[in-house]
Amino acid sequence: MTKLIQGETGDWEVVIGLEVHAQIISNAKLFSGASTLFGSEPNTQVSFVDAAFPGMLPVINEVCVEQAVRTGLGLKAQINLYSVFDRKNYFYADLPSGYQISQFQQPVVGKGEIVLDMPDGSSRTVGVTRLHLEMDAGKSVHDLHPSRTYVDLNRSGVALMEIVSEPDMRTSEEAAAYVRKLRAILRYLGTCDGNMEEGSMRCDVNVSVRRPGGPLGTRTETKNVNSIRYVQMAIDYEVQRQIEVLEGGGSIVQETRLWDTTKFVTRSMRSKEEAHDYRYFPDPDLLPLELEQSWVDAIKATLPELPDDKKARFIADYKLSAYDAGVLVAERASADFYETVAKGRDPKLAANWTMGELFGALNKQGKGIEQSPVSAENLGGLIDLISDNTISGRIAKDVFAEMVETGKPAALIVEEKGLRQVTDTGAIDTAIEGVLAANPDKVAEFKGGKEKLFGFFVGQVMKQTQGKANPALVNEILTRKLKD
Amino acid sequence: MSLDKATVAKIAHLARIKVPEADQEHLAGELSNILNFVEQLNEVDTVGVQPMTSVAPHKLRRRPDAVTDGGVRDAVLSNAPETAEGFFVVPKVVE
Repeated sequence: MTKLIQGETGDWEVVIGLEVHAQIISNAKLFSGASTLFGSEPNTQVSFVDAAFPGMLPVINEVCVEQAVRTGLGLKAQINLYSVFDRKNYFYADLPSGYQISQFQQPVVGKGEIVLDMPDGSSRTVGVTRLHLEMDAGKSVHDLHPSRTYVDLNRSGVALMEIVSEPDMRTSEEAAAYVRKLRAILRYLGTCDGNMEEGSMRCDVNVSVRRPGGPLGTRTETKNVNSIRYVQMAIDYEVQRQIEVLEGGGSIVQETRLWDTTKFVTRSMRSKEEAHDYRYFPDPDLLPLELEQSWVDAIKATLPELPDDKKARFIADYKLSAYDAGVLVAERASADFYETVAKGRDPKLAANWTMGELFGALNKQGKGIEQSPVSAENLGGLIDLISDNTISGRIAKDVFAEMVETGKPAALIVEEKGLRQVTDTGAIDTAIEGVLAANPDKVAEFKGGKEKLFGFFVGQVMKQTQGKANPALVNEILTRKLKD
Repeated sequence: MSLDKATVAKIAHLARIKVPEADQEHLAGELSNILNFVEQLNEVDTVGVQPMTSVAPHKLRRRPDAVTDGGVRDAVLSNAPETAEGFFVVPKVVE
């Protein structure tokens, strides 16, 4: 199924490919022993290698290689046992060597795939073209001085994985789903923290439009889009812009563009026009990277259960819908949380409480599952109290609100506030008698056929018992008494 | 293979080396001579031969993932023409 955009002169098909730069989680940099820690004082985590002092030689960090291979395996990709490092040459103030060590023709990871979970519960497979290892550049700060740029090399040399997709996506929603899924896989694997605000995951967006079934259009590349929302906005903007240009009789220039986060438009980066001649050649300082199949297999044996497998298991074992399972496995922490709640309990009830009440409360407080004021054990405790009829579902919502507020276990709150459900038929009897005696006219109307009034009586009884009466018992006794 | 003047100017620009126009013609000849000399290698049949990456049978050395370097800001900045607050300072380079 292909989604088309309607223009003035007919339909257009959108073609999207993404390049994601993901910073590898490691202690030291890709080719030096300097720390990768984010947010330190400028230039305090810089070795002479990172500053490109004359005569300094790169030595590769084996954990960075392992992380790249681990990611490749997580993307079900081909691992190349022989890969080569190349120099990508360009001049910029935060690239002291004048070249970036990257991989061009022979990357460490080849073709793989990512399965997208779409909001409607369907899924779609997008091809991954390649993943290669490269070093990050330093950081230029432009706003500290009116006429100078300040350069911090702390990031210079930090290991990056560049993950390139096939031009398989057709809507901005699919592109957003791709970034979300890739980020989830990286986090499950522990190879990148996926933090887009801090720049440890950055996205370049390639977009073109064409007539359905026609030849590919000329594409533009929008650089360094740093949130999933912006990825979607940049694509939507670029699609509209390209269609307007083409329908106005113009043509698209293949160029690099920037996403303007204040005006929400893409802009041409004119200064980079001539910079595309990178003159790649094999880095003479580094021998080819040769891996043993047994080493790759050993990494494969340590892979965690990944989102797709976990989702399939949740659907099979807990009988959850594809949508619910997809939401729960999106983050490893929420999947683990759910499994703790569901253990030995009704899985559907556990899913409803986790996704409905808890996620709702977390959203409201702007917190992640890791900072949840209600622990998985405590949420499970609440569900136990519902299941054994200690409290009703309605009271449970009040108890839950209190748990969010105080972090206390459900049983303690129920005890302290005396919220235990009244299952004593004598007490319910009395309450019902009272309500019926106080409303003789309504009783008469009910008996005269106005059966809708049943709800009114239930409401009154619940009010009398401060909501603590067991609803099933109330229904049962009330029905019996009204028939008398 | 021979280079023309325009190619010399382009290479010079990419390398950020200033080559006056008067020198470009001459340089084009010199660079062409170098290329022609190296092109003799094309006479050797290398079909199916892997590129030689090292004379001795070395493998790529790897380092453990340990922080062993850094924390030498003064030394790193010592050759910079201009610094401020721990940063290198350069003319404004903004898009």
